[in-house]
Amino acid sequence: MNFFAIIGRVVLTLLAEIGRLSLFIWQSVSHVFRPPFFWRLVAQQMMRIGYFSLPVVALTAFFTGGALALQIYYGGNEFNSESIVATIVALGITRELGPVLGGLMVAGRVSAAIAAELGTMRVTEQIDALTTLSTNPYKYLVVPRVVAAVLTLPLLVFVADIIGIMGGFVVGTQTLDFNAGVYIKNTADFLKFDDVMSGLIKAGVFGFIIAIMGCFHGFNSKGGAQGVGRATTNAVVTASILILAANYVMTSLLFAN
Amino acid sequence: MSDAKIELRNVHKRFGSKVVLDGINLTVPKGQSLVVIGGSGTGKSVMIKCVLGIIRPDRGEIFVDGKNVLKMDSGQREAVLRKFGMLFQGAALFDSLAVWENVAFGLIQGRRMKRKAAKDIAIEKLAKVGLGPEVGELYPAELSGGMQKRVGLARAIAVDPEIIFFDEPTTGLDPITADVINELIVDRVKDLGATTLSITHDMSSVRKIADRVAMIYKGKIIWEGPREKIDDSGNDYVDQFIHGRAEGPIGMDVLKP
Ligand SMILES: Nc1ncnc2c1ncn2[C@@H]1O[C@H](COP(=O)(O)OP(=O)(O)OP(=O)(O)O)[C@@H](O)[C@H]1O
Ligand SMILES: [Mg+2]
Repeated sequence: MNFFAIIGRVVLTLLAEIGRLSLFIWQSVSHVFRPPFFWRLVAQQMMRIGYFSLPVVALTAFFTGGALALQIYYGGNEFNSESIVATIVALGITRELGPVLGGLMVAGRVSAAIAAELGTMRVTEQIDALTTLSTNPYKYLVVPRVVAAVLTLPLLVFVADIIGIMGGFVVGTQTLDFNAGVYIKNTADFLKFDDVMSGLIKAGVFGFIIAIMGCFHGFNSKGGAQGVGRATTNAVVTASILILAANYVMTSLLFAN
Repeated sequence: MSDAKIELRNVHKRFGSKVVLDGINLTVPKGQSLVVIGGSGTGKSVMIKCVLGIIRPDRGEIFVDGKNVLKMDSGQREAVLRKFGMLFQGAALFDSLAVWENVAFGLIQGRRMKRKAAKDIAIEKLAKVGLGPEVGELYPAELSGGMQKRVGLARAIAVDPEIIFFDEPTTGLDPITADVINELIVDRVKDLGATTLSITHDMSSVRKIADRVAMIYKGKIIWEGPREKIDDSGNDYVDQFIHGRAEGPIGMDVLKP
């Protein structure tokens, strides 16, 4: 087949998909601010997205903080390591690793769950049934998930920050024999509000990506169990890639000066 | 026709290269019960989904109360949808909600009714389809196929809509329950003045509920007339269908490879 025809087709498919996604996002966001509001559903989703993701996110953060401390110690200049380890762990976790790894872990859990649930609702015509019962599916299904994810991800990442720093502290004081008081002082001296804040802003954006990708692929799934399976995989893959890409963009914007 | 509640004019729909609706013309007079019969896969479900706006036709016009629904914005369309109740072929119950919440859904979400009051109505509607209040507390997955169908029916009539679509209301039911359901549909039309459009393969149901009958074949309405005329329609297709004969003008595609 003609090489250019293949390229052309790929580009066209991609553009069509981006168009459909933009439309989907527009539909969803426009319903966020228009009544009626389903507060009960938002609370329910916050529980499912936030609370039940805590163990996964906390464990990830703890081990990452510990591993980071070891790497900095082994790779760095041992002369100055005591202050460097504490500082770099704190900055690394709050600015990058907390939000990114937290986001990726939640993407795996939550994007998949949302895509599977809405995908099943799509193929069993439950989403169509909503329309016939005077309930807008965007408002009833998408908005609560998106709002809940945008609100809970920063909270989750804040917890991850604390636990990640604790992971570094435990490894630093137990394995590397640092002085606990000095470690805490170094962390507190070098960590600024902006560092934590930048991570939490990122987390909110990642929450949006996670929920939207789950909903988008769930809404557009077709063809029974296999289609739902495909939607689930696509949701996780696209959410993860978008999180990493968005993280790069936000890092370059937030830390440009 | 001035008393037309619903009117389809030259409606076309294809999926890929497969033509499903090929110029449907159909009128449902106000306060009457129209039954559409036709072979499996001839596009009956697609046709009513076009009226509900779940599927967008490629060409043609659809009028509800004289207004073209295909030209409406989403707000106007939602207002029109409030007049409708719909029983889906596969029931399409919300599996995350209890049976009574399914039935009360249109009241609680669509009409903002208090849960307590809505529950009373839901239980009353369940009784109408022969299900006791204890069924209301179960989840859809705990019901038999026929029970799910009846819950779907209760949900479709819960808000006392002006227009009700029944997609195969008696399929999967025993003959006695089927008759109860037929009576229920007749009641809707007689007592509440509802306009109904039903799809069925069940000839005893046709004879019981229809004011008018239409037959769809290869994406077109090939015959339409009052119920009394169905036995001497003078149409070979209708004759073959109502007598369930394998031989006749309607060939099964499976027979010719
Ligand atoms: N979303 C869709 N995408 C692609 N094809 C579809 C879709 N929905 C329906 N079809 C096709 O349209 C045709 C008509 O389907 P429809 O469900 O309307 O049949 P039906 O007349 O209701 O049949 P039955 O009596 O078996 O319910 C079928 O051949 C089906 O494969
Ligand atoms: Mg059908």
